[in-house]
Amino acid sequence: MARQNDPFSQNIDWLTLLLYLCLVTLGWLNVYAAVYTPEFHTSPFDMSTNAGKQLMWIGTTVILIICILVVNHTFFDTFAFVFYGFMILMLILVLVAGSNINGSRSWFKFGSFQIQPAEFTKVATALALAKYLDVPGINLSKQKDLLYVAGIIILPCLLIIASNETGSTLVFASFAIMLYREGLPSWMPAVGLSAVALFILALIFPKLYIFIGIGVLAVLVILIMPRYNRTLANLLAIGVVGIGMMIFVTGVDFFVNNVLQKHQRNRIKVLVDPTIDPLGVGWNVTQAKIAIGSGRLQGKGFLEGTQTKFDFVPEQSTDFIFCTIGEEHGFIGALVVISLFVALLIRIVILAEKQRTKFARVYGYCVAGIIFFHIMVNIGMTIGLMPVIGIPLPFFSYGGSSLWSFSILLFIFLKLDSRRVAFTRR
Amino acid sequence: MLENRRWVIIGIFCLVGLVYLTRLFYLQVLDDTYSLGASKNSIKRVVEIPYRGQIYDRNNQLIVYNTPVYDLYVTPKQVRIPDTAAFCRMMDISRPEFDSIMGLAVNYSRVKPSLFLRQLSKEDFARIQDALVDYRGFEPVISSMRTYPAHTLANALGYVSEISKKQLDNQDIVYYRQGDYIGHNGLEEQYEEQLRGKRGVKFMMQNVHGVNKGSWKNGAFDTLAVAGQNLITGIDVEVQKYADSLMQNKVGAVLAVEPSTGEILVSVSAPTYDPNMLSSRFFSKNYRALLKNPYKPLINRPATASYRPGSTFKLIQALIAQQQGTLFPNTVYGHGGSPMRCHCRGGNNLRGAVQNSCNPYFYNVFRKFIYHNGEHNVFKSSAIGLREWHDMVEKFGIGDRLGVDLPFERKGNLPTPEYYDKAYRGALRWKFSNVYSLSIGEGELLITPMKLVNLAATIANRGWYITPHYIKGFGKVGVGVPSEYSVKHQTDIDYKYYLPVIDGMRGAVAHGTVTPLANIAGIDLCGKTGTAQNAKFGHKYDHSIFIGFAPMNDPKIAVAVFVENAGWGGKAAASVAALVAERYLKRKTEATVLDAQVKASNYMPPAQFLFDAKKPVTPKKDKDTTQKPAAPKPLMTATKPKAVTITGASGN
Repeated sequence: MARQNDPFSQNIDWLTLLLYLCLVTLGWLNVYAAVYTPEFHTSPFDMSTNAGKQLMWIGTTVILIICILVVNHTFFDTFAFVFYGFMILMLILVLVAGSNINGSRSWFKFGSFQIQPAEFTKVATALALAKYLDVPGINLSKQKDLLYVAGIIILPCLLIIASNETGSTLVFASFAIMLYREGLPSWMPAVGLSAVALFILALIFPKLYIFIGIGVLAVLVILIMPRYNRTLANLLAIGVVGIGMMIFVTGVDFFVNNVLQKHQRNRIKVLVDPTIDPLGVGWNVTQAKIAIGSGRLQGKGFLEGTQTKFDFVPEQSTDFIFCTIGEEHGFIGALVVISLFVALLIRIVILAEKQRTKFARVYGYCVAGIIFFHIMVNIGMTIGLMPVIGIPLPFFSYGGSSLWSFSILLFIFLKLDSRRVAFTRR
Repeated sequence: MLENRRWVIIGIFCLVGLVYLTRLFYLQVLDDTYSLGASKNSIKRVVEIPYRGQIYDRNNQLIVYNTPVYDLYVTPKQVRIPDTAAFCRMMDISRPEFDSIMGLAVNYSRVKPSLFLRQLSKEDFARIQDALVDYRGFEPVISSMRTYPAHTLANALGYVSEISKKQLDNQDIVYYRQGDYIGHNGLEEQYEEQLRGKRGVKFMMQNVHGVNKGSWKNGAFDTLAVAGQNLITGIDVEVQKYADSLMQNKVGAVLAVEPSTGEILVSVSAPTYDPNMLSSRFFSKNYRALLKNPYKPLINRPATASYRPGSTFKLIQALIAQQQGTLFPNTVYGHGGSPMRCHCRGGNNLRGAVQNSCNPYFYNVFRKFIYHNGEHNVFKSSAIGLREWHDMVEKFGIGDRLGVDLPFERKGNLPTPEYYDKAYRGALRWKFSNVYSLSIGEGELLITPMKLVNLAATIANRGWYITPHYIKGFGKVGVGVPSEYSVKHQTDIDYKYYLPVIDGMRGAVAHGTVTPLANIAGIDLCGKTGTAQNAKFGHKYDHSIFIGFAPMNDPKIAVAVFVENAGWGGKAAASVAALVAERYLKRKTEATVLDAQVKASNYMPPAQFLFDAKKPVTPKKDKDTTQKPAAPKPLMTATKPKAVTITGASGN
């Protein structure tokens, strides 16, 4: 078919593309609003500001997208492991040759622009996982396969941790969503969620209370149990689980107080009690909440924000960009942005389910998972529901690396999907 | 089986979205502690307005300085007034005024401070300071107010007041905000950027109760206010004040410049007002009053009033005709053949013609000038001649803006052949006999006092001028003066041609058209009188004009004086000019008789003309000043043999 060879009239999913364009445009406007100073009437095209640079990044992204759409769809399939290997190499290289920015050696610097390879490792890892799981006979309920998958995920994580960029490492947890869909035994997510819940409880309440709580819970479970189930083995199992939980809580306590660095510890503690470290992290979170809260229902209007100017809210054009939305466009603006994001995620899942190849489906779920995790953590931290982790809001935050990596991530999937549509139409 | 897990995943997405939206709804809509927190956010932006530059005269005397005053701000939400009546009494405002100000403030914002009263003097503030403790929600902010110790120069200085809505919207680079002060008119507007300095911004940390806790991030984002630069002008305040006193009860303008530098020494626009009137908290009341005044004190006449130059223009005619080669110092013309009347005996040479301001003489000079080309067709010849005339006169800075350092300056009118073509609705439909009134500075010529004083300076310099300007420097003499104010503009008239004209000007003052009392001993004044026709109120009320310079051989001051409706130029205008020149040169007034005579004279336009008319009209406003030269109108007179010009130009 002639249409198929023409990269620009391909069977791109227009709905996804539209959502993408909306998000990028809104993102750029908000970056502009965040750097706008009423004194100097900053132009949105001023190349010395983040807004002007972001526009340039958007321009280069368009070129990237066109490249992705032009190449053959088998390219990504075939070279998945090559990309992965290349990115691992880059991660090692950046440890040696990277520039030290804010204490993390994770950036390559070219003139005034910086590139962070960790951002792109997500894409490569997603491709590698998809490629690996595409092999017939691989099954996640088999321990050996699970181990390989874990290896693919953990290797870049270790390298990124070594470059002192913990926030980016956490993103790799987002592959859990894909793994769940692909057949991860269901007790695993349950254990994971319980662990998170216990972790938070351990932060809020003293250890002793939690121990008592666990004990009471164990007794309750035993009492509720049908009498015929109260075998010695079961009682023993409950006891083991209870003691395991207590050990975990103790471990959390130890981990938070002894393993984590001070600023990381504070970021977590401040979630529980914002008055901790009032001039540091707590202050940032409070400022972010004030900015968002002051937007009320309708917001103060475009460029009319007062709290999100002059770095009152730190990193306001990058990690805290959501504050600008909340302040200038209020709850309605936040509603629109969150709805757009959720719509995009659902659309990706729907498309992923339609894929004919496992490769494309796995990759689609990886895309959804990665974007979801970023949104959840980024917005969550600005409204005080998540610890402060320096990861960007997809398509919104200022920064070439993140815009490029999210666009590449999404458009490789759209390219794979267009192949699927062309196939069905034939 | 596993496909169904997609619903779990979609469910998680939606759940997180919903949880976040709920949280946002709580933060943004339900819980208003955050929005209150924002209004008195822990960071406060404090704008520091720098002191505006002061203005000095050439002898380092202060003309303008700043007095600290207090603006009182009100935050409606915090206001507690136990006794409103007592409060109003203390503030010296009426209850309705209080209500309207508070209404505006509440409309603007309940939690943000708005201006309550502006520019309370130190004394007023001291009076209420203690009492303010009882009234919560009011906050004094120190500010400053322009003060004019010399009480003069109002029109040239302009004034400082709140920025207008239009100016606020039309800014190229957004700098001003609502309520900011900005220079209007005059030097305050011209040099606004240098005078105002640069606003500083300070970020202060405050706790919830609004108590300052020091600077934010150690001042990393603060910008320091840069004070405005002090403007040194070339004005001589003492002479300026003296000229003011001479122009009392008169309408017109007095201008004096130093010929060698082009610096303006005196710039009087009469009637004027005390500049302090427009810099108090009664600005709007006073401004309205001034605007309604039929004598239009707000007009800066030196640069924006256009008059006919009258006989003073004969000086240019004499110079360009000599340069053209059609006039020689010993050329003699009688009164015959000219349609113009004259009161001199006739038979003058050039010197005598200038001295006695002989109309027929210059009629003939102009006629010869216009027809001095090989063309036989009078219509064509007139057009060619007038073009040549226009180009030569233009060199004196007439016909376009001079470029004086004021925001508004009138162009005046120097007619071109095209101008008459248009007026007569076609080329070659007019000739010399239609335009001859130009020869004695009447007809379609329009000129500002600024250009006339520039002419005086040009003649004093014998051939060149520097564009008149007020500025002498910023901070120090010579600093920041635009380079165009050091350029010598040549008139392309040879030095030698100036000499007979200057001789004639000296003669005019010594024993010519000027009143004998104005020939003050020891200043060697040279000058030329003019009487511009003003048919409006009958010729009793012609405008009196004089331009001149002194001393003759080493000119230190060039003067131009317009006195409206004062009749004969040799008396009113020449007397004022002579006294101003004397005061400047001798630093004292010895011609006390003349001084008393001038101060006693009253040439205010007859009140019935001003007040009988429906809208207040001053003669100059309607006849000469504000209107652009309406093209066809003057021609109606010029086409008829009995032109108004003849009777009007009595040619002193």
